[in-house]
Amino acid sequence: MKSGSNLEKVLEAGYFAVTAEIGPPKSASARVIEAKGEQIGHAADAFNVTDHQTGVVRLCSLVACTVLRRMGLDAVMQMLCRDANRIRLQGDVLGAVAMDIRNILCLSGDHVKFGNHPEAKGVFDIDSVQLVQAVRIMRDERKFICGEEVGSEVPLFIGAVENPYADPFEYRTARLAKKVEAGADFIQTQAVYDVPKFRRWMEEVCEAGLDRKTHILAGIIPVKSVGMARYMQKYVSGVEVPDELVKRLEGAKDVKEEGIKAIIEIVQEVMEIPGVHGIHVQAVGWEEIVPEIMERAGLLPRPVL
Amino acid sequence: MKSITRQKKPEEIARMLGTAKRVAVVGCGTCPAMAETGGLREVEEMATLLGEKGWEIVSRTVLPVACEPLSYEAREELTPLLEKAQAVLVMACSLGVRMVSDYTDLPTLPALDTLFIGREAEPGFFMEECAQCGECLLGDYAGICPIVHCAKGLFNGPCGGSVGGKCEVDPELPCGWQLIHDRMKALGRLGELSLVRPYKDWSKSLSGGARRARIPVPPPEKAGDEEA
Repeated sequence: MKSGSNLEKVLEAGYFAVTAEIGPPKSASARVIEAKGEQIGHAADAFNVTDHQTGVVRLCSLVACTVLRRMGLDAVMQMLCRDANRIRLQGDVLGAVAMDIRNILCLSGDHVKFGNHPEAKGVFDIDSVQLVQAVRIMRDERKFICGEEVGSEVPLFIGAVENPYADPFEYRTARLAKKVEAGADFIQTQAVYDVPKFRRWMEEVCEAGLDRKTHILAGIIPVKSVGMARYMQKYVSGVEVPDELVKRLEGAKDVKEEGIKAIIEIVQEVMEIPGVHGIHVQAVGWEEIVPEIMERAGLLPRPVL
Repeated sequence: MKSITRQKKPEEIARMLGTAKRVAVVGCGTCPAMAETGGLREVEEMATLLGEKGWEIVSRTVLPVACEPLSYEAREELTPLLEKAQAVLVMACSLGVRMVSDYTDLPTLPALDTLFIGREAEPGFFMEECAQCGECLLGDYAGICPIVHCAKGLFNGPCGGSVGGKCEVDPELPCGWQLIHDRMKALGRLGELSLVRPYKDWSKSLSGGARRARIPVPPPEKAGDEEA
């Protein structure tokens, strides 16, 4: 075991893993995090807390993950290259371990342009691949980027993201391989709606042998309304929402129910794709729906290891 | 084309001028002339505009290359032009402004924003090409700088927002990583993009106060001297 986190145990034991995202509030309320943890804590193996997602200031991931750990939930701390340099990033890694956080997800971060401080300076001292590598070396070689020794164990299960729908499509697998080589133990993907395209990408991933070197968790974003589907189709870069899904929701009497059905179908199709070891559900702002989707997809109860 | 500039808004220029009523306008005959932001014509236009708004323009002149030090003779010619002014409005890049401030004790105010080092990709359309990071990476990226051409300055490939060759930040902006990928592919160098790039040494960039350089680098002291 690299970290002994629940997520690592579930994946190493060969179960189909479930992670779910918890969006922190625009406030200093730990209670909001606790309430979400109480609501969906039984429905996934680990919980990602986003870090100022889309460039919007919120309660930080490190502290929100600490709140979840105190409740006994496994947390995935998200770290962004956008908001911090290598000194701060490595320091936060130590802080996370000190607070018993055992999973970490390394990201570049959405561009500040999309956030609520579009005039902020993006840091990008190092990039996400380099961050993955830095954390892996902290863990495996007990060294900081500068080469100095880390004074304790750094047991972390290291994650990264990949978007199978972004371009250049033919470079995506090579870039994933690079992240895996850098040290990514697990990969959470961008939301899957176009299952055939995702399947094609997974074939490439398996051909490259990456499914045996890392755990791929397919991204799932439940769709609540026609408006949300259209918004994601139009404005969220790198997310491909097929027209058929939009039409299906438009034609539905109960849009919410139809959306849940469509998502469950995607979950079940994705579960059948070779090399997929789990799903990552991002229902930010609608976290309460996660247990229902998991129940109806046959993914509850979660294994207790 | 090197230093790309753009004129500040008249309100901003008025704010900087403050209580100064008598103004000397100094342009630059090189980059700003080519970009049409501070050449002969623009200096005339600025003088006319300020004149209409109530400022007294005591002189207008265009230095051939504002970023180069003026000869003694040229300084002699410039001095009387600034004599009656309360402020000098410089229509040059920031370096030009800095140079003019060596020639006078008057406030030297920039009429232009210095945007970047770039080239005129098409008439009137300028594209940044260099962030002056202090350690050129072009050799590893087929001549396309990832710091300049990727909105996040990523060293190891495109983010998830690269779609159809464009950057998520602006649908008009080419994704730098698509450009790098395509060119590396054409050069048969795609394999190199599989390597994790070393961490960038930003100490050579903007992190250490004003950068200084001796060019050429002075030779090291002779070994014999050290022994002695």
